[in-house]
Amino acid sequence: MTATADTAQTIMDIEKLNLYYGDKHALKDVSLKMGKNQVTAFIGPSGCGKSTLLRCINRMNDLIDNVRIEGSLRFDGTEINDPATDVISLRRRIGMVFQQSNPFPKSIYENIVYGLRIAGINDKAVLDETVERSLRNAAIWDEVKDRLNDSALGLSGGQAQRICIARAIAVNPEIILMDEPCSALDPISTLKIEELIDELKQKYTIIIVTHNMQQAARVSDVTAFFYLGELIEAGSTSRIFTNPDKKQTEDYITGRFG
Amino acid sequence: MKKYFKTGEPYVLATGAALALILVMTLTLVGVVMKNGLGYFWPAEITRYELADGTIAMGQMTAREKNPVSGKGRIQVKVGNRDMYSQDFRWIEDSDISGRSIPADAMLVERMEHGNFIGFLKDVQPNGLAVDGAAAPLQKLSQARAALEPRLDAVKKLRDKMSSINYKSEQLRLKILKLEYKNREQNSDRIAELATEREKLTEEFETMNSQLAQMQSELTQPRGIFEDASGTVREIALTEIVRIQRPNDMSVFAKSSAYLVRIKELLLGNPRESNTEGGLFPAIFGTVMMVMLMSVFSLPFGVIAAIYLREYAKDGLMTRMVRIAVNNLAGVPSIVYGVFGLGFFVYGIGGSIDQLFYPERLPTPTFGTGGILWSSLTLALLTVPVVIIATEESLASIPRGIREGSLALGATRFQTLVRILLPMATPGIMTGLILSMARAAGEVAPLMIVGVVKLAPTLPFDMNFPFFHMDRKFMHLGFHIFDVGFQSPNVEAAKPMVYVTTMLLMGIVIVATSLAIRFRARMRKKYQTSNF
Repeated sequence: MTATADTAQTIMDIEKLNLYYGDKHALKDVSLKMGKNQVTAFIGPSGCGKSTLLRCINRMNDLIDNVRIEGSLRFDGTEINDPATDVISLRRRIGMVFQQSNPFPKSIYENIVYGLRIAGINDKAVLDETVERSLRNAAIWDEVKDRLNDSALGLSGGQAQRICIARAIAVNPEIILMDEPCSALDPISTLKIEELIDELKQKYTIIIVTHNMQQAARVSDVTAFFYLGELIEAGSTSRIFTNPDKKQTEDYITGRFG
Repeated sequence: MKKYFKTGEPYVLATGAALALILVMTLTLVGVVMKNGLGYFWPAEITRYELADGTIAMGQMTAREKNPVSGKGRIQVKVGNRDMYSQDFRWIEDSDISGRSIPADAMLVERMEHGNFIGFLKDVQPNGLAVDGAAAPLQKLSQARAALEPRLDAVKKLRDKMSSINYKSEQLRLKILKLEYKNREQNSDRIAELATEREKLTEEFETMNSQLAQMQSELTQPRGIFEDASGTVREIALTEIVRIQRPNDMSVFAKSSAYLVRIKELLLGNPRESNTEGGLFPAIFGTVMMVMLMSVFSLPFGVIAAIYLREYAKDGLMTRMVRIAVNNLAGVPSIVYGVFGLGFFVYGIGGSIDQLFYPERLPTPTFGTGGILWSSLTLALLTVPVVIIATEESLASIPRGIREGSLALGATRFQTLVRILLPMATPGIMTGLILSMARAAGEVAPLMIVGVVKLAPTLPFDMNFPFFHMDRKFMHLGFHIFDVGFQSPNVEAAKPMVYVTTMLLMGIVIVATSLAIRFRARMRKKYQTSNF
């Protein structure tokens, strides 16, 4: 199945992806294309495999024992699942923001430059410049610019999540994966993040998993609906939400199940 | 009533009460030890008792109780003068006392041997020391002791020189032994050279020794003439006197300064009289050095093992078995570790080291006998499970999101470990270290077989290269308590020393652990997500 990516250039091409947790068949024959500088939303009920698919993209599933993946995931022409692929550089090109904000127990400054430091960049000028640019891009510069050396653990949930977004964009990735980034946030913080996503898509490709259908409708260009490990339907958000092809999609969107 | 129990209140109360009880018991124990330990050095007043049978006893009252046979009250008096009365303590029935007084000139003389003398100073025979003959005996005594001071210093200096020469000569002997062992013929020139060198040292030692003997015999000449309560005269050489006190004539201020002097001696001095008098410095030093060495061994091994188990090992049967084994190791009786240490470290590794590096000295062992190194290693083995368990727990308590966050930014597992996980786990690791230090400092049983001795002639650290002498035996406060309290020939006199030693051991544990706790608190503040 192909997403109606309009004229956008394909950056991620998933083909016949199957994933097993031990005996459990968690993703079934998923095929999906994602366009550059677009926001793609994965929706579906809990346990439908949308987060699992997201975690395939930056190979976070490597951390889990007993996972078997078949099929192909091509990012910019390179096969992600190939054992020869350099996971470290892959993860630098594909950033990730998690459901629970997870700032490191370090200062705000050190949180942002963490990705650079582990890449061996320690030039103070570069780091300073990156911190300001990333925090501005994540729309949190004004709130934290006077306390960059304070611990990031003292921030509110919404601020911490934006710090995590800033941390992800500090290494200049091409894709940002967001795994329900607003599920633990209040409506105002959620609004801020959504506005931020709108801004970010100018520069980055964004793939977002969300439980909140209004959110998917508000922020995404393309929506993919998953159910029980299968990709039921994918297409431009406006079409999926107004005129879906499949009955299951319509039932889910109108709140009849899930 | 049933409803009340359902609320859970009674259980909360019961747990609170249990905690309070434990606290009270601990504080009582500490209080008893402190009271007996701290009071020991306070100069107690000397009372002169006139007894019904006409004799006189004089000494410091140490206890009062009901005579278990007659039911009447009696007091225990430390009368001292063990060399005259054959015992230090004496029980006196209240009904036998016909009069008491507190003579201001009663004197307590602490001696190098035979315990304290309690009596009166009559005169001083200066025998060569510059003393004003017309002065009162007490002034003469202090003048004589002051005049003696530089001579005693000279003796001490000579002694130090001699022990250094002795050490050098011993090193030469070992060198010669090694050369002889290697190849006697080939090295004969060198051996002869070293032998003459050694002979020279021996000669020097001999001259010094005769010089020392001369000095010492001269020094024993000046004497104080004392009299005990019943008028028996006793001469005491001034070199025998450690200090004199007239507690009945001392102000509170004088008593306080005497108290501080005793505390200083306790902390910095060497033990006397089979450890029941004098200082505890070698034992304090041995305990602290052993605990530090133990930490140096057990901390890195424990942390590395825990990291492997938690971060790298696949969770299979093997890992589970290792984990169970580690947990069980923490419960093995410590004496078993002692026996293992003796077999494995002392005889196994130490014996092999001797055969490989010091074969010429055999059958005299160098490392193949108990020593501070083997003791520390044995205790490290004993405490490493605690460090492993604590480190694993604290690594496990770090939220998964933190690891994933780091990895998602392109960090390797090792970078994540070093930059994020280990700093966050530090408070937990410190907890493990604190527990293991407290345990190691108090452990005695295994040490008795792998290196602790009653009286070590030398510290495991001195100014002779290589400074730390890991093969040496050492003294330990815990063993000291056992030795002084239960192996001493004069148990009654040793009792206060047991309290003092216990107090010191507790003090060391408290100081060491509070340092670690402060460090942990600082780390915790920094990495507050970890709440282990």
